[in-house]
Amino acid sequence: MDRRKSLKSIIFGGVATGLAAHGCKPDMISADNEIIESPKYTYGRTPEEKAYDDELFGETFFNAHEMETITILCDLILPADQDQGLQSATDANVAEFIEFMSKDIPEMQIPLRGGLMWLDHRCNVDHNTPFKLATLEQQEALLDSIAYPDPAIPNEEQPLEKQFFSLLRNLTLTGYYTSKIGIEELGYQGNTPNVWDGVPDDILAQHGISYDEEWLAKCVDQSQRNTVAEWDQDGNLLT
Amino acid sequence: MFRYKEIDISSLHIFILWQKNKQLVQIIESTVVYDVIIVGSGAGGGMATKILSEAGLKVAVVEAGPFFDPADPEQRTQMKWPYESPRRGANTKRPFGDFDSAYGGWDIEGEPYTNAENSNFRWFRSRMLGGRTNHWGRISLRFGPRDFRGKDHDGLGENWPIGYEDVKPYYDKVDKLIGVFGTNEGLPNDPDGFFLPPPKPRLHELFFIKGAKKSNIPVYPSRMSMLTKRINNDRGVCFYCGQCSRACQVYADFSAGTCLIFPAQKNGGQVDLFVNCMVREVTTDHEGKATGVSYINKEDRKEYKLRGKIVVLAASACSTARILLNSKSRQHPNGLGNGSDIVGKYLHDSTGTGRASFVPDLMNRKPSYNEDGVGGMHIYTPWWLDNKNLDFPRGYHLEIWGGMKMPAYGFGFDPNEFNTFFDLKVGGYGNSLRKDVKKYYGSIVGMSGRGESIPQKGNYCEIDNTKVDEFGIPVLKFNYQWTDNEIKQVKHMHDTFEEIFHNMGAEPLGERPGKEQNFGIEAPGMIIHEVGTTRMGDDEKTSVVNRYQQLHDVDNVFIVDAGPFVSQADKNPTWTILALSWRTSDYIVEQLKQQNI
Repeated sequence: MDRRKSLKSIIFGGVATGLAAHGCKPDMISADNEIIESPKYTYGRTPEEKAYDDELFGETFFNAHEMETITILCDLILPADQDQGLQSATDANVAEFIEFMSKDIPEMQIPLRGGLMWLDHRCNVDHNTPFKLATLEQQEALLDSIAYPDPAIPNEEQPLEKQFFSLLRNLTLTGYYTSKIGIEELGYQGNTPNVWDGVPDDILAQHGISYDEEWLAKCVDQSQRNTVAEWDQDGNLLT
Repeated sequence: MFRYKEIDISSLHIFILWQKNKQLVQIIESTVVYDVIIVGSGAGGGMATKILSEAGLKVAVVEAGPFFDPADPEQRTQMKWPYESPRRGANTKRPFGDFDSAYGGWDIEGEPYTNAENSNFRWFRSRMLGGRTNHWGRISLRFGPRDFRGKDHDGLGENWPIGYEDVKPYYDKVDKLIGVFGTNEGLPNDPDGFFLPPPKPRLHELFFIKGAKKSNIPVYPSRMSMLTKRINNDRGVCFYCGQCSRACQVYADFSAGTCLIFPAQKNGGQVDLFVNCMVREVTTDHEGKATGVSYINKEDRKEYKLRGKIVVLAASACSTARILLNSKSRQHPNGLGNGSDIVGKYLHDSTGTGRASFVPDLMNRKPSYNEDGVGGMHIYTPWWLDNKNLDFPRGYHLEIWGGMKMPAYGFGFDPNEFNTFFDLKVGGYGNSLRKDVKKYYGSIVGMSGRGESIPQKGNYCEIDNTKVDEFGIPVLKFNYQWTDNEIKQVKHMHDTFEEIFHNMGAEPLGERPGKEQNFGIEAPGMIIHEVGTTRMGDDEKTSVVNRYQQLHDVDNVFIVDAGPFVSQADKNPTWTILALSWRTSDYIVEQLKQQNI
């Protein structure tokens, strides 16, 4: 079956079905997931953009030691926790993401590489070992000294080691929560065909707010969404 | 539905024909004479393509960028997850991020522009079929009666030679053809229309409504061109992914390609698309009448000539001005249509500024439901005050954003910075960060103001004779300064933001921009509503086109982008571009029938 046709029929058919059920059923979501799944990094590039991505993938910035250190740092920032069912930054390939970003935004290269050197230097001075071989206690003690910037001071005026850690923390969190497992953990329900019909009642109650009936009366009647619109000559919708 | 492959084949056929001849001469001239050549395929060009081809005319559409169809899997970005991009959607390559459907931006490699000293105009171009309509916000506002008569109200700027009553029938037709949701509210300067029903507000929008009402600031359902309801059997209905900026694969939002050009072709119109073809100038004969256009084919980098009886320019306000100014001949030594020396003058963009806030009442949200909705806001505030009581002329509207959005690059940065509001530690590492991310997810609400500026003759684009683009075409140089009027207006916007934030119990984020930053006014061009470079008027000494957007100087050249706008209003320009392009197209058909052109 033609790929695009199948997508269309599923979206049209799916929305109609979802509507009857007043919402989006899990089986519909999985059907769509199957359709929208694409090979890694197929995301509508122009030929020039594709060539640029390929160029970056062809380069290596961090050496093996740096990657190992980044991996340890990422997992200190977001460690796995089996009891809570939490996966680690490494499970989401965050270090590889950081490697790519360091090439995509080269301004980050010196702060990251230099920050890693600073970290090893500090660890060598304090414990006579590079960071990656230090004990967990030693690693955490070092992070405790750089992970809490004074919020009253702008980032660019923070000491370099604190700026470094803030940057790495930002990249780790963004890399993780934009990954498949991160999005699932967050619980984001979107990016799937559905029919928006307002905020659920329990959510309204939780936040102590409600809809105005007069306003709601103006809004779309989703049971009529597939009926072709017709108006009278004054612009009143008839269908 | 009409498909990419079919279009490709028809234009390829013509292309191959020329390839055979191209070795013979330096500038390759086609033997086909089109009834109409349309330069540009965005809102104005798309509408002209549809109306003129459906009237039976043979039309060539010349577009500087590639073919684009959001349904093509190779080009589609809609419904992609952030991890399908190696940079997770960051804006390294596209200014609004990897998934945004604009090929181009404020800076395009090989296509520079310059600014005069102390001028910082930013020029956004999308090089693709459909132009900027593929990614725009779809905020589809009619100009109101007062917007055509600004000078009557405050003595500033110039009135349009036409009024709301001239454009209303076309706004009505555009509403019905393309589809726009909204509500008829009977407002004096925000006219009613033929609306599809709007979607219900999201949670953060309910907080905005509550906050605005405390200050008697009105809020209405927004007016945007997505199909919340079926409008015909060729286009799909919105499935609420919130990604209109990525262009819709079922054509449930308005893009000029999907909603105008493809249907024109499907309806059997004689439409030849020339893509990756950059128009250099309008060619003229010894009487000064237009004979067609010359363009550079970006693929072989050779120059071609296309012949047409009528030329319709829809390249965008600044690109059209550039083409006219570069179309110099013995008959038109100052550039085509520029006997008045007005081409390029009165360039103006909307004013804009914004502020974000943290809303404690929106903490600890349950992401148990999908609130993507349509792309952008479900509610908005049109201008609600009387300028007689204010220290600036003309109004602005408010746009609102927020919600539990799909994560993209930047999500999770400074994950617990709002801890400062609770005297809690900021920073750290470990799994407490995950709790912070969830605690604050969806708690940010932002507002933007978009206002009307007064067009100035001293704000203009001109040809920079010292610089050339990679196609050998002299580039534009911009001269643009905001006046006190605009700066006072954005200052007022910030007062409004803070008042509503306060009413919402929200904490404004960042510093309020002060006088030394001109109160945060965006650089001109940043709002991408630039208009006015070929303005409309009855007096050929002070305007470029007449009330039918026909050059005063050359009767077979028309302009259907936003160049002819006399003033911008505080509305987004697209709906008015569409209405006026339709009106001009009707006029062209009528004039041809009467053999006047």
